Amino acid sequence: MIRSVMVINTQGKPRLAKFYEFQPVEKQQELIRSVYGVLSSRAENVSNFVDAESIFGADTRLVYKHFATLYFVFVFDSSENELAMLDLIQVFVETLDKCFKNVCELDVVLNYSKMHTVLDEIIFGGQVLETSSTEVMKAVEEISRLESASNAISLVPKSVSAWQSR
Amino acid sequence: MENLFQRTLEDLIKGLRLQLIGESAFLSKALDEIRREIKSTDADTKANALHKLTYLSSLHFYNMSFAAFHVVELLSSTRFSHKKIAYHAAAHSFSDDTPVLVLITNQLRKDLTSTNELEVSLALECLSRIATIDLARDLTPEIFTLLGSGKVFVRKKAIGVLLRVFDKYPDAVRVCFKRLVENLESPDSQIVSVAVGVFCELALREPRSYLPMAPEFYKILVDSKNNWVLIKVLKIFAKLAPLEPRLAKRVVEPVCEHIRRTGAKSLLFECIRTVMTGLSDYESAVKVVVVKIREMLVDDDPNLKYLALQALSVVAPKHLWAVLENKEVVIKSLSDVDTNIRLESLRLVMAMLSENNVAEICRVLVNYALKSDSEFCNEILDSILSTCCSNVYEIIIDFDWYVSLLGEMARIPHCQKGEEIEKQLIDIGMRVKEVRPELVRVSRDLLIDPALPGNPFLHRILSAAAWLSGQYVEFLINPFELMEALLQPRTILLAPFIRAIYVQSALKVLVFCLNSYLLQRGNTASFSTFDGLVLERDDPESSILASCDAPVHCIQDEGFNPRVLNQSFEGLSVEYDGEETSTLGQTSALSSLKDGFTRESIINLLNRVELAVTPLTGSYDVEILERARNILCFIELIRQELLDSPVHKDESLESEEAQVSQIIKVMHDAFSSDLGPVSVSAQERVPVPDGLMLAENLEDLEKIFGDVQLPSLSSFSLGSPQYEERAGFSIPIHESKEEPAPSNESTSLLAEHRKQHGLYYLSSAKKEDNYPPANDPKLQVDTNDDDEDLVKLLVSKKKPCHAKPRPVVVKLDGDQAPIAANPRPKEDVLSGTVQNVLLGSDTNPTSSQSKVSTKSSSKRKGKEKLNVDSAKENLGDVEKHDLGNPSSRNSKHHSHGKGRRHGSPGKKGDEREENGQKVKQKSSHRHSKHQARQRAEVPLNVVAQTPVVPDFLL
Repeated sequence: MIRSVMVINTQGKPRLAKFYEFQPVEKQQELIRSVYGVLSSRAENVSNFVDAESIFGADTRLVYKHFATLYFVFVFDSSENELAMLDLIQVFVETLDKCFKNVCELDVVLNYSKMHTVLDEIIFGGQVLETSSTEVMKAVEEISRLESASNAISLVPKSVSAWQSR
Repeated sequence: MENLFQRTLEDLIKGLRLQLIGESAFLSKALDEIRREIKSTDADTKANALHKLTYLSSLHFYNMSFAAFHVVELLSSTRFSHKKIAYHAAAHSFSDDTPVLVLITNQLRKDLTSTNELEVSLALECLSRIATIDLARDLTPEIFTLLGSGKVFVRKKAIGVLLRVFDKYPDAVRVCFKRLVENLESPDSQIVSVAVGVFCELALREPRSYLPMAPEFYKILVDSKNNWVLIKVLKIFAKLAPLEPRLAKRVVEPVCEHIRRTGAKSLLFECIRTVMTGLSDYESAVKVVVVKIREMLVDDDPNLKYLALQALSVVAPKHLWAVLENKEVVIKSLSDVDTNIRLESLRLVMAMLSENNVAEICRVLVNYALKSDSEFCNEILDSILSTCCSNVYEIIIDFDWYVSLLGEMARIPHCQKGEEIEKQLIDIGMRVKEVRPELVRVSRDLLIDPALPGNPFLHRILSAAAWLSGQYVEFLINPFELMEALLQPRTILLAPFIRAIYVQSALKVLVFCLNSYLLQRGNTASFSTFDGLVLERDDPESSILASCDAPVHCIQDEGFNPRVLNQSFEGLSVEYDGEETSTLGQTSALSSLKDGFTRESIINLLNRVELAVTPLTGSYDVEILERARNILCFIELIRQELLDSPVHKDESLESEEAQVSQIIKVMHDAFSSDLGPVSVSAQERVPVPDGLMLAENLEDLEKIFGDVQLPSLSSFSLGSPQYEERAGFSIPIHESKEEPAPSNESTSLLAEHRKQHGLYYLSSAKKEDNYPPANDPKLQVDTNDDDEDLVKLLVSKKKPCHAKPRPVVVKLDGDQAPIAANPRPKEDVLSGTVQNVLLGSDTNPTSSQSKVSTKSSSKRKGKEKLNVDSAKENLGDVEKHDLGNPSSRNSKHHSHGKGRRHGSPGKKGDEREENGQKVKQKSSHRHSKHQARQRAEVPLNVVAQTPVVPDFLL
């Protein structure tokens, strides 16, 4: 199964973190840090694998892809195929691309819940659920529609964003 | 109105990007805000706060366990957006220990049966992450219903959630397994994909249980066009094939067909891996695969190259030819830019290592090590060291070569393997007698190099070298030179315990020199007394004797006379030296060594040692201090009694002289007794005295520390020789008279040492047995052709003939690697249930509650330990679970629970009970015994079941 999905920017800031087995937050932070430590030291144009067993324990593999300012990292065990996981990263990124029209790091930063919605349609409980980005998009759109519909019932305006500079 | 002014998650994120007060200050302020808002009675405010909190917890790692109850509150909101936030928060933050989990069962049930498929999907998603035993048990009926749902969107998630549910509550298999299997034949490829995925996960854990399903998987393997599905099915077959040879036979052809047909690299690689792991007995398939691997190896994509190398190392133990066929690429990959690829190819090169090519491969590897960065260099050294020493140096034939290789490794700039090299040098010294001269030569070269003490990683090697040259001093060509090296000023850079070894070795060398001198003088003395007689008696025998020893005799006589006449012999010694060197040329190496021990040189040596050791008596380290004192006292003793005696030529002193020489002889004998390796199991062979109960009350400890590894074979230490040496010091210590030696003498000696050192490096004419050192300039040039060298070397099949036979290597019983404790058989309640379901026999109900563990074996181990540790706690657990659980660890409860929930006949439980009685239960160890019983049952199942399989297959 897939143990974890991470999106980390090249500065080491996590942009998305999902662990399919419970990990305390402190442990999550430590794992992300060590993964970033390894990734940042790797050159371009080398293989997309990293020895993960020293970080995540026995029977774990890690593949990553580097897009612009972001690392997309999948951690999984022997029941997944490494190349298929690389393809799955591609599916994930393609879906995000469709979702945000030319995805960039800022989209990832600002759309926390949408990122999770997309990811949850691709990976379910650590298993690959859907590998077609069109299918994923369909589901995501439906969820968004229902979400905003349920919000529209609310009579009170959601909030004001005037406090940000406080 | 309060949420009018509330910040949304978006505001928070934007604010975080614009903040000027520092991130942590901003976040703690936001967190305070959230803590206030989340208590609000307004659902919107609460949802917003929870959303923000989840974000902070997920990406800024704040603990949000305090909000667990608010999550539960929000779950029951009727609004979809609230539900979504709440479910996301629950999936993110709930663990098995979250207390409020018991409160959400009904809400989950409600959502699972909702008409809104998105709500169902939310609940399933959450369940797939957080399901506990209770949740899994209570919600199994709802999940069962969803497995038959007409909506693909829901059904595939219901299938996915089964994995976690089965894990937690194996009895769910009885209910849901049939529908899960039916889904394998669904026309929708996504559903098949998820179902196969679940089976793949299950089969990897306990493949045997899924053998009866082989026909279904086979059908998918042949018919499916979906690569994702095929990959998973291949993974299943990789596990099943080794268990059932007939199945493997059936599968080989379709797998090869996929290899030929597919264009997808991922599927291709999975096929390759399946053949390599599961079907490696089928030569034809392996051949097809090796061709494909070669294609991958030369691919530009580093990923494919890496995976191909990995596949090769999987197959290396069984089909080494596959590696050998691709050796060119493998060796070229040693210099790849990618660390992964380099490491993988290093592993393969080590796999190719055999006693025929070990010398050549190691040389090339060492040259690679010289060129590579520190990390990879040490990886190389590490693999050489560990491969060569495996199974008591099994592959080493020529130990002289290996020892000089170790010496060379020490000179590699990045070398950080000092400890391992130290261990091996000493180990070889003790085990292999024949190699000791070479060891001493290598040690001398290391000790004499003044640059080496500057590198802290080499200190351990130097300590081994110092010990070896002291222990096997009789093989030294030039003890004086070594003494210089041991006492050189740069030893101050070494750690105290290593300096102590240096000092001790100096003492050994000194004793050796004195002993040799005495022997030599004893010979000449006896001749001088015979002097007149020999001349008078014209015996043919004695004339031969006389002529043989004539040169020595003359020198000694000449040396004696001036000493008697003249106290200051400094000037004469020059002349004397000249004469000595002339004789040196004629005599053999051994006799030249003996000739070196003149009175002159011994006095010089004593002075030199005294000068160098005296400052050490001020050392803060007791080891150094003690040994330095020992040496100084010894020198005093010797100087007084031994060297002054010829001056007086007093008859009364003869006896004292004899006493001194006896002391030296005793010490020399003490030092030269051979030290052998000590077996790891030596202690075990000591019989336990009667009445001593070692195992009493410590049984539990063994379980607790069961996984603690025995110390490795490296139980040799420098300790024992030191003890022995100290025992030799039972000599009465005379009062010491300090005799300060002239300081200019020491500086001149130092200069001489440096000169010698320099000379040594220039003269490469020195005999190097059959192995040139690494810093040989000629070799450096060669390094560019490494690849070609090694390739050639591996291509040429001819066996290098070993001129020397392999020396005897002392082996002990303890040297065999300790047999690893049998891995605990997997506890497989789940697979037991699966087997029952598949075989249609319901005779063996499982006790699902017996473990609270997840499937990951490491976790389970921890759990077991815990259980053994605190049986009390377990019992408490049992009671707790019994309140609401159909079954428990106790099989009585279990059968009872069964009858209640599933209506399975009680007698089965009783049967089990009887079964269980065979294993005597102690109440305090109930749980562990229970596990043992389960384990005992599993093989029975298997035996009963294997004959059934063929029917399914054919």
